Amino acid sequence: MSYSPSAMRIAREEARRRVSRRSTLIALISTVVIGSVLVIVVTGAPGFALVRQSFFNWHYAKKSFPTVLSGLWLNLRVMIVAEIFVLIFGLLIALARTSHSPILYPVRLLATIYTDIFRGLPLLLVLFLVGLGVPGLQISWLTNSAVILGTVSLILTYSAYVAEVIRAGIEAVNPAQRMAARALGLTQSQTQRHVILPQALRKVTPPLLNDLVSLQKDSGLISVLGAIDAIRAAGINTAESFNFTPYVVAGALFVALTIPLTRFTDWLTRKQDRARVQQGQW
Amino acid sequence: MTMANILEIKNLRKSYGQDLVLQDISVSLAEHEVKVLIGASGSGKSTLLRAINLLEGIDDGQIFLEEKDISEVGVNADQVRSQIGSVFQAFNLFPHLTVLENIVLGARYVHGMEKAEAHQKALDLLERFGLAEKAHAYPDLLSGGQQQRVAILRAVITKPKVLLLDEVTSALDPILIGEVLALIGELKAQGMTMMIATHEMGFAKRVADQVLFLHQGQIKETGSPSELLENPRTPECQAFLGALREAGRL
Repeated sequence: MSYSPSAMRIAREEARRRVSRRSTLIALISTVVIGSVLVIVVTGAPGFALVRQSFFNWHYAKKSFPTVLSGLWLNLRVMIVAEIFVLIFGLLIALARTSHSPILYPVRLLATIYTDIFRGLPLLLVLFLVGLGVPGLQISWLTNSAVILGTVSLILTYSAYVAEVIRAGIEAVNPAQRMAARALGLTQSQTQRHVILPQALRKVTPPLLNDLVSLQKDSGLISVLGAIDAIRAAGINTAESFNFTPYVVAGALFVALTIPLTRFTDWLTRKQDRARVQQGQW
Repeated sequence: MTMANILEIKNLRKSYGQDLVLQDISVSLAEHEVKVLIGASGSGKSTLLRAINLLEGIDDGQIFLEEKDISEVGVNADQVRSQIGSVFQAFNLFPHLTVLENIVLGARYVHGMEKAEAHQKALDLLERFGLAEKAHAYPDLLSGGQQQRVAILRAVITKPKVLLLDEVTSALDPILIGEVLALIGELKAQGMTMMIATHEMGFAKRVADQVLFLHQGQIKETGSPSELLENPRTPECQAFLGALREAGRL
């Protein structure tokens, strides 16, 4: 039997199209108005010419690009090493904090104190304490390298955040899952490994990636210890020319570096939300 | 004990704070025997089943599994549970594992079965119960009835000494209940020793060797399915069955 849409359907679809055309028009007008206002306010500012000259100068951008880029290579290595250690330590701390074993009581206590302290301490302070305090101890076998100490500071700070994210994931797994696993005869640690953690990590992947994005940009802070990363390289360029464009170049490179990860995080979050809607969990 | 009981519960008592949820429970389960627990929600059926596989601690009394006291302090609970199969109302399949992986998890890590052997066993079971094409699907994609059947296979693949079924059809559509009950019927035919909590009286009648009526944490009445379900003696059991009849569930 052939289907011909009813007049009702045709009218509904027409109405829907009208609504959608209207929304598009509103979005367009709103974008143009807000965009124009921004442009007028910024370019009309009394100091605009000067700011453009000192922050967005093509000549200095080109000139500083190679050194800033080679500085970024250091950031890239620092962030990768830090991310690996942060994930490992974060996982271990989360496991310690969620365990109930009496043997692990002191570890649990330490882990709690650790996360409390390092989530509260500004990263800049940790950098100073580790980066300047450790060399100050004058222990001969300990490194004085700004890069290594900077990386250690990043790891110390971010492990605390990541541990809390993973812990939240572990606690968000339905307790019935643990019960079902134990009912099969799986031990506490087998349950953790085969049943709880895989589900917990899946749940917290978006916030976890978000913390890694944050870690990536904060890798630029090791420049305060004198490590020649992208920001420090930009600073050296600026000191030579009194032009701030190199900082903008460094900023643009950092953004370019984090965009893939942020896009991926958004995509993953949307995908998980869709799956949840389909399973009727909402 | 004249005949060796697989399971023997003596004077079990359990409370949650001030709430006494089980008292004076004594039940035994012989090999191949099927006992069905009936009673209103909150009468203690689930707590009793969970006490047996040591998911709930008990206040007093003893539980023997093949004459070994498993309620003693210091008993290896994991080892006890590895010999008892449990199936829950909410299926509780592991959502991140496929059907096949769900079924072999206990067999491999608790019973140390080789991967190939465990997979073969699981596939045989799935084949026999018409779930073969779901072996590599994730639980989300299965109907409730299929999920519950997988949960039962997960519990029986290691040949437990007792199978505990806790209202396994209560979360299912009437249409899906039948396939789960058929599977349990098949297990009975194979001689599985079972303790079943259920609200399906027709099923209780078919499968039970004995029916126990729980009321406010006590076993009020015991009997063969026909005598207990048709001629209940205690007023509590009469009231319970009367309410079921009125709701059209008997």
